[in-house]
Amino acid sequence: MGRETPLFELHRALGARIVHFGGWSMPLHYGSQVEEHHAVRRAAGVFDVSHMGIVDVSGPDARALLETLLANDVGKLKSAGQALYSCMLEGSGGVVDDLIVYFLGPEPGFRVVVNGATRDGDLAWMRGHAAGRRVEIAERTDLALLAVQGPVARDRVATLLAGLSGPDEAETALRLERFQGLPIGRWFVARTGYTGEDGFEVMMPAAEAERAWRQLNALGVKSCGLGARDTLRLEAGLNLYGEDMDRSTHPYESGLGWTVALAPLTRHFVGRAALEAIVREGSPRKLVGLVLEGRGVLRAHQKVVAPGAGAGTVTSGTFSPTLQRSIALARVPADAGARVQVDIRGQALDARVVEPPFVRHGRSLLS
Amino acid sequence: MSRIPEDLRFTKTHEWVRVLPGGVVEVGITDHAQDALGDVVFVEAPEPGRRVAAGESYGVVESVKAASDLYSPVAGEVTAVNGELASAPERINQDAYGAGWIARIRPDDAASVSELLSPADYRRLLESGGG
Repeated sequence: MGRETPLFELHRALGARIVHFGGWSMPLHYGSQVEEHHAVRRAAGVFDVSHMGIVDVSGPDARALLETLLANDVGKLKSAGQALYSCMLEGSGGVVDDLIVYFLGPEPGFRVVVNGATRDGDLAWMRGHAAGRRVEIAERTDLALLAVQGPVARDRVATLLAGLSGPDEAETALRLERFQGLPIGRWFVARTGYTGEDGFEVMMPAAEAERAWRQLNALGVKSCGLGARDTLRLEAGLNLYGEDMDRSTHPYESGLGWTVALAPLTRHFVGRAALEAIVREGSPRKLVGLVLEGRGVLRAHQKVVAPGAGAGTVTSGTFSPTLQRSIALARVPADAGARVQVDIRGQALDARVVEPPFVRHGRSLLS
Repeated sequence: MSRIPEDLRFTKTHEWVRVLPGGVVEVGITDHAQDALGDVVFVEAPEPGRRVAAGESYGVVESVKAASDLYSPVAGEVTAVNGELASAPERINQDAYGAGWIARIRPDDAASVSELLSPADYRRLLESGGG
């Protein structure tokens, strides 16, 4: 058995199929993964993502530590409430984890949300680099994290906040801009997510999570498991750590070059020298989106052949419920063209190379 | 506990077999199998006319979670496949023993069906963790 979130018993009571994921016992689905997927594209769904690590980084040297640890530049975070997506790298440029860092303000400092499967390693990594600095690193195991996602998700959370706290709190939540997060009452509400839909990620005291979940259900927000979370994030073209990148791959071959801030040149961060060398020489591989032309399902580890360019690998693949065809992310030679073949159980099937995302706000982006 | 109809026969690989009037058998995957697979999104069924051996992999069921081989419960000739599954593979989840049937096979030896697992045998297999 794996570790359990504060909502584990609720998931069982709701009939969830429980799976082992990154050391955690988590809900895969509550009946139909595909129905949960459609609920998020069309209305709203709620996910328990309390397996993710919430780490508060505070103290006079908090900003300097994160400037050293992160490949994106926390210097971009100037006012409380702003957030940033970043990779944390090894010296080799390999990805230790991807995360979101929220700036809470000069005094409280920063809140970092890391992946569930990597949180112990991340904490050790961060503490290792914090030695000798005036910084405090505190894991917030007292909090639960719910992702409420979908076109009506914000309205539903606002209704919940209006009942729990008041109209002002609801109004504050509705005024949050994309990628902004603020404390609202005892909760921390951020307009972030992992589905390609609008919505909130809400951190709250663990003891309040079950009630919030049931109230969301009563407002028509569907309970959703990790299965739907995976098909939604893949349609949205968002990487999954451990599948699409890990310590053996760097951001430029993982579709994450846009998250690397090489400017200003004066900021030295772990992995910088390796990334500069990759930029000089050019990355021999790239991460692309694939759309299977015919019937079948792309899956991780299938071999990709790019005619004239060499071979690659599907890093994550699935059947897209929105597009009703199979899509994938794949690492291929940098000069791969617009068409490749994927080996699916011994058959070479044609796939089209596209730039992710595949779906945004419920709509297909495929031409 | 998943449903196990009393009038069917079963295999260790979670297929079911129904003997139709005239001796042709209808086959599909069990309720336990569809539940374990999750939402079925694609079925690769054999062509009618194809000869299959008992235990031969003759098709694939793909769910959102995984691909799973289909094994023929008997030796014989495929006489029909469920064409509706091409556009509605979710029939397997909705009605594994009815609208979710996958193929019909004319067995070489009608007696081969009686060698398959009885409902009680299959129930014991599931209870012993053979799923």
